[in-house]
Amino acid sequence: MPTPVKSINDFVVKFANVNGSGSASANEMFARSILRMGVPVASRNIFPSNIQGLPTWYEVRVSGHGWLGRRGGVDLMVAMNPQTWDKDVASVDPGGYLFYDSSRPIPASKFRDDINVIRMPLTEICNAVYSDPRQRQLFKNIIYIGALAQLLGIEPDVLENLIGEQYKSKPALIAPNHQALRMGHDYARDNLAGACGLKVTRADGVKDRIFVNGNDAAGLGCVYGGATVAAWYPITPSTSVAEAFAKHCKKYRVDPATGKNKFAIVQAEDEISAIGAVIGAGWNGARAFTATSGPGVSLMQEFLGLAYFAEIPMVLIDVQRGGPSTGMPTRTQQADLILAAYASHGDTKHVMLFPQDPRELFEFAAQAFDLAERLQTPIFVMEDLDIGMNEWLCEPFAWDDARKYDRGKIMTADDLDAGKLFGRYLDVDGDAIGYRTLPGTHPSKGAYFTRGSSHDKMAKYTEEGDAYQEVMQRLLRKFETAKSLVPAPVIHQAAEKTGYGVIYFGSTAPAMDEALAALKEEGLHLNTLRLRAFPFSEAVSDFINAHEQIFLVEQNRDAQMRMLLVNECGVDPARFISILNYDGTPITARFIISQIAGRMTMTSREAAE
Amino acid sequence: MTYIVKPKLRHPALPVNKLGFTHRDYEGTVSTLCAGCGHDSISAAIIQACFELAIEPHRVAKLSGIGCSSKTPTYFLGQSHGFNSVHGRMPSVLTGANMANKDLIYLGVSGDGDSASIGLGQFVHCIRRGVNMVYICENNGVYGLTKGQFSATADKGSKSKGGASNMDTPLDLASMAMMVGASFVGRSFSGDKEQMVPLIMAAMRHPGPCFIDIVSPCVAFNNHAGSTKAYDFVRAHNEAVNRLDIMEPRDPITVEYAPGTTEEVALHDGSSLRLAKLDADYDPSDRIMAMAYLQAKAARNELVTGLIYMDRHATDMHANLNTVDVPLNGLSEKDLCPGTKALDAFNASHR
Ligand SMILES: Cc1ncc(C[n+]2csc(CCOP(=O)(O)OP(=O)(O)O)c2C)c(N)n1
Ligand code: SF4
Ligand SMILES: [Mg+2]
Repeated sequence: MPTPVKSINDFVVKFANVNGSGSASANEMFARSILRMGVPVASRNIFPSNIQGLPTWYEVRVSGHGWLGRRGGVDLMVAMNPQTWDKDVASVDPGGYLFYDSSRPIPASKFRDDINVIRMPLTEICNAVYSDPRQRQLFKNIIYIGALAQLLGIEPDVLENLIGEQYKSKPALIAPNHQALRMGHDYARDNLAGACGLKVTRADGVKDRIFVNGNDAAGLGCVYGGATVAAWYPITPSTSVAEAFAKHCKKYRVDPATGKNKFAIVQAEDEISAIGAVIGAGWNGARAFTATSGPGVSLMQEFLGLAYFAEIPMVLIDVQRGGPSTGMPTRTQQADLILAAYASHGDTKHVMLFPQDPRELFEFAAQAFDLAERLQTPIFVMEDLDIGMNEWLCEPFAWDDARKYDRGKIMTADDLDAGKLFGRYLDVDGDAIGYRTLPGTHPSKGAYFTRGSSHDKMAKYTEEGDAYQEVMQRLLRKFETAKSLVPAPVIHQAAEKTGYGVIYFGSTAPAMDEALAALKEEGLHLNTLRLRAFPFSEAVSDFINAHEQIFLVEQNRDAQMRMLLVNECGVDPARFISILNYDGTPITARFIISQIAGRMTMTSREAAE
Repeated sequence: MTYIVKPKLRHPALPVNKLGFTHRDYEGTVSTLCAGCGHDSISAAIIQACFELAIEPHRVAKLSGIGCSSKTPTYFLGQSHGFNSVHGRMPSVLTGANMANKDLIYLGVSGDGDSASIGLGQFVHCIRRGVNMVYICENNGVYGLTKGQFSATADKGSKSKGGASNMDTPLDLASMAMMVGASFVGRSFSGDKEQMVPLIMAAMRHPGPCFIDIVSPCVAFNNHAGSTKAYDFVRAHNEAVNRLDIMEPRDPITVEYAPGTTEEVALHDGSSLRLAKLDADYDPSDRIMAMAYLQAKAARNELVTGLIYMDRHATDMHANLNTVDVPLNGLSEKDLCPGTKALDAFNASHR
């Protein structure tokens, strides 16, 4: 028997539950209570594509150091699902703890002797107090939270306050929940003293950070960014973006005087229709977006080509999930990069943004509308299920009240009357972006015909090769302009001079931060570049060219970002060493460290031989 | 393909409408369709309707899909913004455009391939969503632009130019439109300008989803013996339920109608629609009856034309969405951005 794991503010708790049993909100409250103790947590849902009955897990990483990536491994398993018992027991790290409902006997062979078992007859306790089956189910969750809090040293007030806040609008529920909490707490105090070596102690590691999920942030970012039109079709994991937008609009966008809405949301009949509506609205001068995931982006291809070629502003939030095809709807990946970058037939290229967490997602979602109108093209906000559907601890959202929307180049009736020359696709400013007019602007000037068929710079239909090529070349130059407008990469130089670099993006960031710190401890130094957008600015190719070896960390099988970098930056593919995590679970620091450390020590050994 | 620019000279004697516009002001570029194509007659009817209604051309947004029919928006209303989208998807683009600005008049032009095949889903859904628009399907029973394949509105037993018979059941878009909530449904024939013009005028004044199915022979691929969308066939089987005319509030003229009962229908903007019923039993405000009537006539190989259905109490998508009275595309950051105070509160509630 290995010694029981002892740790303060640094461990992983995993809850194994049955989907639809009401455990989700109890578990989230558990995570929040640790945050209220001032200790950072990272939480992740691992859930099935199912509404009720299938297994679901919730992982809470407690990290006094503030590491927010997935750590891997489990120190305390809260095994509430008999269906997954064997797997759950097996996943506990040696010396770790297994907390379970001991109301019904489980044969000794079903346990391991290298882990510590914490027994609590939850069902018995519940049944003795509650007769209603639904109550038994729901309060059972609260009771085990109460017991865990006692075991780990979470202050009871903290949880009681959280319950008070949660049921502010249903005060009748507060007392019974408090009572359930206390039942769990008292049981643990009286029967499980000293059973668990994992502890939470008060700290000051959270500061003013907030705990929020990315899709909520994206929806709010769209509100702040001035979106008035949204059209969408339900698909995991993007549905909650549209729902969040609707929720925030109801809160912030209803005219108090008339009760009328300063927004319009349509749940379309499919993704094709959703993007069609977004394009129609963008053409007509409203800020419009859709949110979807890989299968939806596949369906939207034809329209994306239209928006690219006809130069219509629009925003697409792609919450990436595991592909191909229906793939792993409830697992995370960064595998839509090629799909989005070159979406649609013919020569097309699209702008993509890669937020690293909900905070950056909020910003990018809002900024995407400025970029879309400035560049008159689709902007992809490439988040993923890990960011979108998990609560992340991140910096509070910020906004500058002096900020004005960049509506891009729009010619008004006054401009037209003043005699300004209007040609929809004329490059008058040298940035390859033309002026547009909105329908209904002027009785006799500025009308033009928008089409996805070949057109010249005056928007006239043409089959003349030269006129067509002129437009296609300008679109390339416009993509160059985009490089200077999109968020710049974030570059960090290592403490010591090194020929190694690492490039990463999106939800990989927290695991990467942790991995870099650990590698540094081992004396392995790397300069880092976090991509925040496509197209890549010169800083990206400069960074690549400045290093002999670049580790490129991605969450897909085919190293899609590598394809983009090689293709767009014209760099030598041999410089890249791909580190690929694509099993559907978020990438971990442990994985990155093992991949990088292995390669770096190996090459330095080779060099020594 | 060439574009001939029309001379902008205006003859002093050309009639002008209330706005001082001539017919010319409602025209577009010269059509590149086949001579005799029914679609061109529909364009002419649209021009005439807009002229008579004295619509400001730039207040119309004209949208289409892909096909010969969908090309026609370049041939009328040259001062309107137009959008030739992708095949079968005009309804969604129009829906979004309408969401952005409720103040324009939305004219959607499509073909039977565009609407009844690839775009059937969008056709149905934009109507059931109540989008305020005039949706015209220029229905020739074939795919003109891809050279004569049967479309889903081709009648059973009709023969293609190459001699093949269509054995599939036809879709009747007018019936479908009524079924899914169109508040104005008409049908006409591209060879019948008298009927088309007031029908389009009435639809343009109607504040809800309007659908007009216009049979429009394709002279290149579907105007031969054995075709049920040919000029001769339609003329022989046309069964008009009513004749209509728009009465402006200032209009003193009374139009002479064929015998039968007449009925005045008030429109929302103060004008009225005068219906001369050719079939005294026909009541265009009764949706169930209208649907049954259409089916009964179709079974007898008769094509019902005229104003088939109109709901006088129509509303639209914006009423359902409860949007503000001003167009959404005109709102600024002041109206739209909740600002830092709200954001601080949001942050506080997530700690
Ligand atoms: C996605 C896609 N598939 C196929 C086509 C080819 N296509 C162009 S027009 C058309 C049919 C048009 O038929 P209809 O709408 O009846 O118009 P008409 O030419 O008869 O007026 C087809 C199939 C296309 N443009 N796009
Ligand atoms: S092919 Fe048919 S539909 Fe197309 S322009 Fe010619 S006649 Fe009209
Ligand atoms: Mg056709």
